Amino acid sequence: MIPVHAAVSQATLVNDSLVAIYSAMFIYALAFIFFTYDLAKRMSEARQLAAAPIAEAVSVKRAGQLQATTAVLERPSGPPPPGFEVAASRPKRSLSARLGMIFTVMAWLLHVGGTVFRGLAAGRVPWANMFEFTLTATAIIIGVFLIIQFWQDLQFLGAYVTGFVLVFLGVATTNFYVDVIPLPPALQSYWLVVHVFVASLGTGFYGLGAGLSVVQLVQARREARGLGAVRAVPTAEKLEALAYRLIVVGFVFWTFTLIAGSIWAEHAWGRYWGWDTKEVWTFIVWVIFAGYIHARATRGWRGSRSATLAIIGFSAVLFNFTIVNLYFHGLHSYSGL
Amino acid sequence: MASDKPSSKALNTDPKRPSDHFDAPVTEVTNPRLGLVGYLRFFWRQLTSMRTALFLLLLVAFAAVPGSLVPQQTSDPNGVIQYKADNPGWSKVLDFLGVFNTYSSVWFSAIYILLFISLIGCIIPRTMHHIAALRTPPPKTPARLDRLPGYLRTEDATVDDEDVADGVGAARDLLRGSGYRVRVFDGQSASAERGYLRETGNLLFHIALVGILVAVGFGGGFIWTGQKVIPVGQSFANTLSDYDSISPGRWFSPDSLEPYRLTVTKFVPVYERKNLNAYGEAIDYTAYVRASVPGQKTTNETIKVNSPLRIGDTDVYLLSNGVAPVVTVRNPAGKVVYTQPIPFLPQDANLTSEGVIKVPDGLAKQIGMLGFFYPTECSPSTCAAAPVSVDPSFTNPVLTLQVYTGDLGLNSGKPVNAYSLDTDKLKLLAGFGSKTPGLTLRPGQTVKLPDGLGTIELDKVIRYVGLDIHHDPTQFWVLSFAVLVFLGLVTGLFIPRRRVWIKAVRRGGKVHYEYAGLARGEDPRLDDAVAEIARKHSQLLGLNMKP
Repeated sequence: MIPVHAAVSQATLVNDSLVAIYSAMFIYALAFIFFTYDLAKRMSEARQLAAAPIAEAVSVKRAGQLQATTAVLERPSGPPPPGFEVAASRPKRSLSARLGMIFTVMAWLLHVGGTVFRGLAAGRVPWANMFEFTLTATAIIIGVFLIIQFWQDLQFLGAYVTGFVLVFLGVATTNFYVDVIPLPPALQSYWLVVHVFVASLGTGFYGLGAGLSVVQLVQARREARGLGAVRAVPTAEKLEALAYRLIVVGFVFWTFTLIAGSIWAEHAWGRYWGWDTKEVWTFIVWVIFAGYIHARATRGWRGSRSATLAIIGFSAVLFNFTIVNLYFHGLHSYSGL
Repeated sequence: MASDKPSSKALNTDPKRPSDHFDAPVTEVTNPRLGLVGYLRFFWRQLTSMRTALFLLLLVAFAAVPGSLVPQQTSDPNGVIQYKADNPGWSKVLDFLGVFNTYSSVWFSAIYILLFISLIGCIIPRTMHHIAALRTPPPKTPARLDRLPGYLRTEDATVDDEDVADGVGAARDLLRGSGYRVRVFDGQSASAERGYLRETGNLLFHIALVGILVAVGFGGGFIWTGQKVIPVGQSFANTLSDYDSISPGRWFSPDSLEPYRLTVTKFVPVYERKNLNAYGEAIDYTAYVRASVPGQKTTNETIKVNSPLRIGDTDVYLLSNGVAPVVTVRNPAGKVVYTQPIPFLPQDANLTSEGVIKVPDGLAKQIGMLGFFYPTECSPSTCAAAPVSVDPSFTNPVLTLQVYTGDLGLNSGKPVNAYSLDTDKLKLLAGFGSKTPGLTLRPGQTVKLPDGLGTIELDKVIRYVGLDIHHDPTQFWVLSFAVLVFLGLVTGLFIPRRRVWIKAVRRGGKVHYEYAGLARGEDPRLDDAVAEIARKHSQLLGLNMKP
């Protein structure tokens, strides 16, 4: 029989894990509110800027951006030159965005803690079913989002990232939750550690890249209409470059996931590739993002078209994770539901 | 101009035009006449263009979708049968389109074969170009570096020609030391390029993808897979006749089977007993086998779900397991007419199992029995009215049988499924629906068969393992190419290819050095790289950078 204290401590850990996750969700919600407020303010400022370009030019001059002012004065109604908006508004950061960041960091620490507790409770890596995979993948998304802040201000993406993670944590805790149970024989492999973790890394990078692509599309439309750019949001071109760099990393992880998954499939199921539904969708995602990378090298496909591909690709990732896991029949039936 | 309607008339009729204005006669664009070779070249160009490749790539993704929505013959044959039964009309359309075999269908194959032809048409010229580039020294230093990315310069300095030669020499050494290929022009500038590996990796990635396709395409014919159910204690010899079923590839030859022998000595399933949320769930399966390869010592091996046994050019996987009741049937005189373990198919996680016992000879009539086995039967008083197994271990094992008689069809010579009994043409002797109740047996018990046909004894219940034996020579090649794909991808994406120039510029008796770079492909760190080189070089020469 299992020692009583061990059983108790497992139950405690599971409980602690959930408490940490629920607290994280609450704080993510606060962060989301602040980020959204910040975004709304930026949008209204941009609208005012579009309405009164000269006045904005003067205020920009106060900020000490002489060169930029000249540019705006020369072309008061035209789109600002590339890269200018960032430089002009860099020094000013809104309080709400900063609060959003602080809350995100706090929530993330709890989120990681809750995920680690879950792993300790199970005595293995915390990504063996849909609930745990969601915990880990969303923690990675936030982690990457926070790390990128060190060299690139991505606060404008805060609402998207925290909103996305909040929704998925909500679905995970209410719909995906399963008790800690031992692994079935097919999952008892070190490939579980490698294959699934790298898949969640890839998901995280794709998710951020797709988020940037969404903002890129918005920004490109504003630029095309000659509307003022949103404060502290890079130009569509910069966003595209940034999205590309994240997605390329995601693509490398995804390629590794496919290869590692094939090796594992050979060990567990006797064949490295069998067009199982999950294999098919992982392949589809790989091909879409391969298409995205090629689109960026194809004339006429840079910009909004490739951004759309990135968004379609990430939608396929989400489809693969939710619909395929829950409703499609296949060998990857490890949702635990 | 644009407002004018094109007209072939030479005379100007527009009053806004000067009197001597002359509109060039508009003629239809005539394409050159293309002969057969011309058309072939035209289609080749179209096929190998990036736009077509991108289109085909996205088409592959799109075409792969239906195969995930509809069960596939290869991965889920039972699902296909079920689907066809559920959607008789619609499935005829799907069958015609080959959707149940999406990934070997004509249309899917056509798309990916076109894609790979397009890919090869892209790889060949790029490889030639890259080989030429590898042999070409860096290009001439541009006249004006200040128009290029990352431009930086030092302060003016008063130095003589010898110092300039030294400065450019230092530039050459610095760039070489940083992994650049360097060429000095007129002793005044160093032109450098690095990152040829980027294109090498890119080509490697694409060539290795072709390699995977070729390995699967050509090696696929050598793959064969066989299945064998082995009750514990019994043996399997790797010969064609000993397989339950085998799917041979195109180039399969029965002579190629290496005649090794496997004896299953023990099978140990482990069920969870501590965690009440998963009580009774299987957490480990281990099959212990004695393997004898001709000419080698007999060895004891284990086969587990994630660790197949590699033996004699084959891989042996433990993919299923179940229970096999061992029954003995005797005629009224007490003579044994039938005794063997019969593998039953598991129906649920608690190993409620279903099976068929056929006794064609030795009794007054042929009998067939439809059996259910419950490893831990729950009595109807505590569980449901129908018998049910509540645990996969043999805690309260019960075998129930319905007995039929009639022609079992075993003498017609046609192959008959051992796991099913066609009861339509048989007469029910005992069991649900007849006056005589069905038979119920526990291990060690013997009961009488109906109609005084004899007796049946349940000796014991053993376990069996379901082994899949595969021979797949493509594995090694596909894995090797996959590793190359990955290496090619990483080098092709992350190694920056860039050119850097360092140039001594004389102006009014003074000299300063200029630095600039040029990215070839994505290179977000170009400016930093040029700045780093400029910093090192200016420090070497003791010059200050101009802010």
